[in-house]
Amino acid sequence: MAGGVLAVRPGLGGVVTAALLAGLILGTLAAVASFAGGLSGLGPWDWRAVWFTLWQAAVSATLSAMLAIPVARALARRRFPGRSVLVTLLGAPFILPVIVAIMGLISVFGRNGLLNEGLRALGLPEISIYGWQGVILAHVFFNLPLSVRLLLQGWQGIPAERFRLAESLGFAPRDITRHLERPMLRAVLPGVWLAVFLVCLTSFAVALALGGGPKATTVELAIYQAFRFDFDMGRAATLGLVQVGLCLGAMALASRFTIPAGFGAGMDSAASLRGPGGWRRGGDALAITLAAGFLLWPMLTVILAGLPRLPALEATVWVAAGRSVIMALVSALLTLALGLVLSLAIARGSAGWPARLIEAAGMLPIIASPLVLGTGLYLILRVWITPGQLALPVTVAINAVMALPFALRALIPAARVLEQDYGRLAASLDLRGWARLRHLTLPRLARPLGFAGGLAAALAMGDLGVITLFASDQPTLPLKLYQLMTAYRMADAAGCAVLLMAISFALFWAFDRGGRLNA
Amino acid sequence: MKRLALLALLAASPALAQEKPVLTVYAEDYVTSEWGPGPKIEEGFEAICGCDLTFVTGDILPRLLMEGEGTEADVVFGLNTDVLARARASGLFAQHGQDTSDMSLPVAWEDDIFLPYNWSETAFIYDETRTPNPPKSFAELLDAPEDLKIVIQDPRGSISGLALLLWVKSVYGEGAPQAWAKLAPKVLTVTKGWSESYGLFTEGEADMVLSFTTSPAYHIEAEGDKTKHAAIFPEGHYFLTEVAAQVKGTDQPELAQSFMDWVLTPKFQSVIPHANWSLPSKLPEADWPQVMRDLPRPDKTLFYSEDEAEALRRPALDEWLAAFSQ
Repeated sequence: MAGGVLAVRPGLGGVVTAALLAGLILGTLAAVASFAGGLSGLGPWDWRAVWFTLWQAAVSATLSAMLAIPVARALARRRFPGRSVLVTLLGAPFILPVIVAIMGLISVFGRNGLLNEGLRALGLPEISIYGWQGVILAHVFFNLPLSVRLLLQGWQGIPAERFRLAESLGFAPRDITRHLERPMLRAVLPGVWLAVFLVCLTSFAVALALGGGPKATTVELAIYQAFRFDFDMGRAATLGLVQVGLCLGAMALASRFTIPAGFGAGMDSAASLRGPGGWRRGGDALAITLAAGFLLWPMLTVILAGLPRLPALEATVWVAAGRSVIMALVSALLTLALGLVLSLAIARGSAGWPARLIEAAGMLPIIASPLVLGTGLYLILRVWITPGQLALPVTVAINAVMALPFALRALIPAARVLEQDYGRLAASLDLRGWARLRHLTLPRLARPLGFAGGLAAALAMGDLGVITLFASDQPTLPLKLYQLMTAYRMADAAGCAVLLMAISFALFWAFDRGGRLNA
Repeated sequence: MKRLALLALLAASPALAQEKPVLTVYAEDYVTSEWGPGPKIEEGFEAICGCDLTFVTGDILPRLLMEGEGTEADVVFGLNTDVLARARASGLFAQHGQDTSDMSLPVAWEDDIFLPYNWSETAFIYDETRTPNPPKSFAELLDAPEDLKIVIQDPRGSISGLALLLWVKSVYGEGAPQAWAKLAPKVLTVTKGWSESYGLFTEGEADMVLSFTTSPAYHIEAEGDKTKHAAIFPEGHYFLTEVAAQVKGTDQPELAQSFMDWVLTPKFQSVIPHANWSLPSKLPEADWPQVMRDLPRPDKTLFYSEDEAEALRRPALDEWLAAFSQ
């Protein structure tokens, strides 16, 4: 379908998709506001939430992006046994269901976690994970993997020929940094920072569990509370609008800092990897070890806690797991179709404002409050159908849209390079439609497509169901996990968490591996 | 399997024509899981009504308020006392028509719209192996050393969290801000819902958790674990109940009424203790499971009337927020 639209009018598909997206995000906001009879004003607590949200998102994003640079560089220029497994594993925290990740973080950094046990043994003061520092720690835990992966793609996007040329010219590591790595970072880093900033902007569950109290209230949390405590839809809509405003501001800022690198096309030959020796070798090893420890240790504790309970899980849990897998697959394919249409449209109109607008529309879902989105959709759809009948399709569609911004972050840079390097050649050969898709677009974009599909599938898998209003008698796996907890069955919930984690990761791996078959 | 799943995804309507009339019951999420009371309630009612009881789960009150008169619900199941004022104000509900003079509740129930089906009281749960000397009163809890860490729930998103707000208010009244100021340093974190808090407690991350007087029954009955107790305070504990109500505009008035008639019957009530880990609203104590009868009971039950609670909600929340923002 996407190919068909593209074949007829390049760009039209992108415009239509973007318009639909903007309509969905802004239309649902309008529906909620109109139900409430307009927007209502915000109280001092709401403004505090806005402020907290902003500064913690900025700190989290900066930390994630900065820490990702040495890790991504080390992974890009070193080869060692198990490297590709590690690259995949390091992506895992980002796709962990929040509740599972928090279990893991607490078992490592919590009051009785391994870290504090160690500090106590050494007679050192303990650290507390509850409070703003816990929120930031959790955000870095979630987003460092995303940052590393996006930056790694940036490094791999530099044609091997450039590195060879640098070598034959006798470049020192300092020169490589200056002529190759820094321009690449200028092109990629702002987008990475923006993606993480936006994820942290709409953080909800993290702040809830680790915030320590109402001081660490995010805007998304304030929306939830306005909705639950006061049923004040007007305030919820206002807060939703504030969130959109913050997002657009951040995007404008990030786009000003982005400078395309323009390395040109290469021959896809394998990079001759001779990373610099000396202290840099040790530094790279240290960066990889520290990142792996920080990201994998909490997951290991979750596995160790839940694995023994796995065989004892009821059949209904497995049924829910099967249902979730199918929903996640459909959702991921939908994300890829949308992402491909949008990224190609953006790449073709690189400099013009329509491309900018399309990109903005594609990023919008990241800041849409799931609660406002769900409520608005409910209000709109209620007129025509019984919402219960649409629970699963709506959940699938929303999940696909919610994963789109991440897919775009991976796809847009690659699509731009594709257009710059091969656009003229393809035009001169009159390569269009399916043929172009099959012989040029899909092979060249396989890697980011695989990564984006994996992200989308895993995120959909771990999603609790964005919409509690769309009731369904067919629970998903994350909902089953919550039901176990609500029924006091914490040990079974831990087993369920391992299952959820394993499936999410397997989905991610399958897509990602598929895209990296030639890596 | 795949085809089935696709069908499920595409199913825009339950294809099979229903012979039987359908009673649509809006219920809170936990009700319908296989570990909640839902399945037994459905089975029990369908055995006597000649109908098909269908649960619709989710955020039921917001949903009802949005649907208004056009709602498909015939009965609503699982509303909490704290939201009754708003539910009542919607004018969507009809009278239950039951005699509530003889309930097994610690408070008198004179509401003719909302019918309680279970109850419990707020309490802090501790583990005797980790906390050998728990606070014996609310005052002792406030004065406990700061390394006694408790987890509570956010009153703006959770029923039990709001109950704690009202509990502190009913014990300390004007002195509530000072009480919160003393309690705040001991609060490890404030979670969105009950289950996140309870998980932190069972993992050993927190020493005490805000839960219910009936919580230890689960550990005794299901896990054979007798180390978890509710700390009973002489100042009293705050009463919580969940209610059922029938919708005024129902298209199944007889069925809805017979469901309401069934809620207080022993058959229904005997499902509550094990499926809900709470106490039945109308069952003589002699008929409770042993584990519930053996639980230590508070001498004093605290409870605000609906209007009092509604009036206190905002100011009490502001006091709470202020205490945590020092």
